[in-house]
Amino acid sequence: MKETTFLQAVNEALFEEMERDPNVILLGEDVRIWGAPRGEFKGLFDKYGPERVIDTPISETAILGGAIGAAATGMRPIANIMYSSFLGVCGDELINHLTQTRYMSGGKIKLPVTIMSYFGAGFSAGAHHSSSLHGLLVSIPALKVVVPSTPYDAKGLLKSAIRDDNPTIFLSHQMLMRRSLKDPIPDEEYTIPLGKADVKREGSDVTVVATVLMVHRALSAAEKLEEKGISIEIIDPRTLVPLDKQAIIDSVKKTGRLVVMTEEPSTGSAASTLSAIIAEEAFDFLDAPIKRINAPDTPVPFSPILEKVWMPDEEDLIAAVTEMI
Amino acid sequence: MEIAREKLIDMYRVMVRIRAFEKKVSKEFAAGNIPGFLHLYTGEEAVAVGTCANLSPDDYITSTHRGHGHVIAKGGKTDRMMAELYGKVAGYNKGKGGSMHIADMGIGIIGAYGIVGSGIPIAVGAALSAKLRKTDQVAICFLGDGATNTGRFHEGVNLAACLNLPVIFIIENNVYAESTRISDTCKLANLADRACAYGIPGVTVEGNDVLAVYEAVGKAVARARKGQGPALVECKTYRLRGHFEGDMQTYKPPEEREMWQKKDPIPRFRKYLIKKGVLAEKDAERIDQEIDEEIENAVKFAEESPLPAPEEVLTDVSA
Ligand SMILES: Cc1ncc(C[n+]2csc(CCOP(=O)(O)OP(=O)(O)O)c2C)c(N)n1
Ligand SMILES: [Mg+2]
Repeated sequence: MKETTFLQAVNEALFEEMERDPNVILLGEDVRIWGAPRGEFKGLFDKYGPERVIDTPISETAILGGAIGAAATGMRPIANIMYSSFLGVCGDELINHLTQTRYMSGGKIKLPVTIMSYFGAGFSAGAHHSSSLHGLLVSIPALKVVVPSTPYDAKGLLKSAIRDDNPTIFLSHQMLMRRSLKDPIPDEEYTIPLGKADVKREGSDVTVVATVLMVHRALSAAEKLEEKGISIEIIDPRTLVPLDKQAIIDSVKKTGRLVVMTEEPSTGSAASTLSAIIAEEAFDFLDAPIKRINAPDTPVPFSPILEKVWMPDEEDLIAAVTEMI
Repeated sequence: MEIAREKLIDMYRVMVRIRAFEKKVSKEFAAGNIPGFLHLYTGEEAVAVGTCANLSPDDYITSTHRGHGHVIAKGGKTDRMMAELYGKVAGYNKGKGGSMHIADMGIGIIGAYGIVGSGIPIAVGAALSAKLRKTDQVAICFLGDGATNTGRFHEGVNLAACLNLPVIFIIENNVYAESTRISDTCKLANLADRACAYGIPGVTVEGNDVLAVYEAVGKAVARARKGQGPALVECKTYRLRGHFEGDMQTYKPPEEREMWQKKDPIPRFRKYLIKKGVLAEKDAERIDQEIDEEIENAVKFAEESPLPAPEEVLTDVSA
């Protein structure tokens, strides 16, 4: 066991997968010297060289398009798109090709591409470097959406994403890069299957489905709620697609109440899709309407004070839970 | 080329203003008073100043993530800029945009775009509008060397060429895009050569020589105003600081940094003005001092400006 940060966990997963499979290649901006946005790619260029660790021009279109072509012909590319907002640049590749080619080819073409990207407010980086596109991403058929909240999960999920024969996007939150967030990570290899939720805290009164940074905010809210005698169960789906519906339904059977807390504008959100699924499939177990805690339907503001209002937080969750019971 | 004395002095003043603004901003950022990402223009001042000295307030510019210099050169007020960087209501964007996104339609700043290359077709659109409205306005598109590798550079320049629009593309070739040298991502020695692919004029100038920039852009602007279409000016320069504040710049060879430090456009222009008798040493010092005071006042203005009210989160989403 070794105490490991999110960045180290991601870096280890990349080393292990590049070692395991010579077809794993990486395309991205500034991956060579900087190890890309935050150093998660550090050391890979030195070990695997310019053929497998490819420093590209500022060309998201060429990165993702190139990854698609390489994947179709036997490679297993990782395409680094620094921030989710930049997916707009390669929207055609993402929406029309990466995720439709298999279907349109009658199942003949396989595209094992992993997109790695950042999102997340809290850093006063402004809308172009903070936005979450989760709602949009889950609405794209055939794209698996991986949203780790801890270093341990990040490592196991990234390895599975790379090995998956389908397009996946692995989204990291800027605020989880802090050095104080560490997990003990086993020395032996492990993977975490895509589509398997994790109960981050057991509880009995309300089920809270939370993702990424919101898992941590829910955990701290849980402490405060416990002092008031309220017990929440926190479920981290870990992947939005595929979604571990059963884990959520099982929890709702126990608690009868559901809050879905995600960092994204509310309309068309991943939280909305998830809520609809649970409303359809577990209505009989619910004692109260499902509540969503999301951001307002606006871009992410820059000013720290506005950004704080924009982001869902502990108080929002405490208020929602208290009102529910 | 004869340039009026007042104009020369003003160009010097604006370069000093950009430098002093950023020096202060860097300090306040390090002290934790300015949040977010900060990309400084230090070392590249001659490009924005030489370019904008050809413009009137109603001409347009699009800016980038490294935009402080563009905004100040186009006439932006340092106090309202500072307030924006502090996330205050008195800021140009009411604290909603921050350092990378200062916009002011009052002086033709259509916006600054944090996503590399986004400003290019937008500047083309502004030029289209100027042409349709039959004004003699031009649009200036500032972009980096790295941005010339994006698809929209090629699509934007080509459209401008086909429609013969009054837009000038100013490539600020500062050698790097983040940690990556332009020579590793583009096989042309001069990025101005990209112009010939679209059938428009392209020139490369010494970007640390404010008068060279002024002259080259001046010709392009004059052509554009006469309806002769777009042009491209590559300004060879160097950013003297990191890509963003906090960048250790390990990718820069020390000799290269030293060489460019010696080519710093501000001492160079100051020396020139003094030698030409345009400015006396003590006049230059007075300008430096006045600007320092202005920047101190800008910080005071920012500090004293109120924070946005929480409800402001929901405003300005739609017209
Ligand atoms: C589409 C897109 N890809 C990547 C980035 C990350 N990024 C920000 S600035 C930058 C380098 C830009 O280089 P250049 O155009 O030369 O401008 P400079 O920073 O040198 O002024 C990169 C890659 C981005 N903001 N947008
Ligand atoms: Mg550059």
